[in-house]
Amino acid sequence: MHKIETLEFEINMLLEAILFRYGYDFRHYARASLERRVLNRVQLSGLNNISEMIPLILHDPNFFNIFLKDMSITVTEMFRDPFVFKQIRDSVFTQLKTYSRVNIWHAGCATGEEVYSMAIMLKEEGLLKRTQIYATDFNNHSLEIASKGIYPAAKMKQFTENYLNSGGKESFSDYYQAKYECAKLAESLKKHITFANHNLIKDQVFAQMHLVVCRNVLIYFDQDLQNRVLDLFKQSLIHRGFLILGDKESLDFSAVNDSFDKYRYQERIYRRSACV
Amino acid sequence: MYEVIVIGVSAGGLQALTQIIPEIPKDYPLSIVIVQHRLNDYNDFLAQYLSNLSELAVKEPQTLEPVLPSHIYVAPAGYHLLIERNKKFSLNVDPPVCYSIPSIDVLFQSAATCYRSKLIGIILTGANSDGSDGIKTIKEYGGLTVVQDPNTAEVDFMPKAAINNTDIDHIIPLNQIGIFLKQLELSRVKHE
Repeated sequence: MHKIETLEFEINMLLEAILFRYGYDFRHYARASLERRVLNRVQLSGLNNISEMIPLILHDPNFFNIFLKDMSITVTEMFRDPFVFKQIRDSVFTQLKTYSRVNIWHAGCATGEEVYSMAIMLKEEGLLKRTQIYATDFNNHSLEIASKGIYPAAKMKQFTENYLNSGGKESFSDYYQAKYECAKLAESLKKHITFANHNLIKDQVFAQMHLVVCRNVLIYFDQDLQNRVLDLFKQSLIHRGFLILGDKESLDFSAVNDSFDKYRYQERIYRRSACV
Repeated sequence: MYEVIVIGVSAGGLQALTQIIPEIPKDYPLSIVIVQHRLNDYNDFLAQYLSNLSELAVKEPQTLEPVLPSHIYVAPAGYHLLIERNKKFSLNVDPPVCYSIPSIDVLFQSAATCYRSKLIGIILTGANSDGSDGIKTIKEYGGLTVVQDPNTAEVDFMPKAAINNTDIDHIIPLNQIGIFLKQLELSRVKHE
């Protein structure tokens, strides 16, 4: 038997152990990425193979927390893909301005960079005061970072460049205070953001949204799980509400493709179709 | 026989690809997947550029897209590109590997476990050791390994790193890689 079959078996056992012990279900994560993360952890923890992780997962909650953190580490930036944020500002906001109250859901917000990007744009376009942003993630460690809104000061140069490329109208440095090696985002932005734990894999819709932003989260899921999550977004969106995905994600292969219009396809901005 | 060719290239890559890609004929039955290190420039310049050089369809794949024959795929800037065991693409935004996203190792290792002996891995010019672990994995899983002759590389660090790490099957000068790939396919047709 080839070693890859053994590895697949070990990963299945590991995921069953995690589900059994902690209730987190990673069985429908895209396997190639998951495999890399698991093998990285095997190496970093000085283990010989994946099987050795299983007793640690079952008996040592601290080890599970490390694993959970591994599963959430991604690279992100404020205003990542500036052209997308520019399009949100130019097109989507024009529509949102017609509502007296606006609900926005950042699903899988990770460490929050895109949430604050959105809040800044809303503020500049005069929408923040009537907007409630829900920023959710399944990982409390990420949420903690997100709710603090403190990022390495070294990143501010890139963030500023992205901000300007996305059509930013003010001076980006007005939105944060730099101290030592850290930059803390303005409290005034946070007033309209609620950070909360929500697991896309098992939790339900919790409010009606005008806009759902979920970028570079679905890429970690297989087809079945992507469909489940997209259905959740479909339920959560109001009539003619907007859905924004990552620029390498799409509804093309999904079960909800017919329920959405390609509002701005290059930026992966979709809109709930008018009901037939 | 072979189903997929994965190519990893870094500094000097545009020139190398410009020499190889036009040699690939229109009805070439394999899929070609390329990781070229570059800045996260948020555009698909490379895919468009290669598209002008090739008679094959060239594109940046999105998640869940099937890997099709007679296509050239380019890993998008700012994402790792992987191939799942069901022969569909997946992407992620995990931290850089060998300072690189996309990383050659990430593509090669996922492709090796998927295609095993039906995979060809090629390392071209570059100033980084990314890909030398990946090409080793391809060899371990029975795939064919090819490295650009370092003497013909604009930057020879990456080909040398690959050669030092693995017993490479073919070390080929840049101007013969395209012909090699073309003939590989012709000889297969003859045998069948």
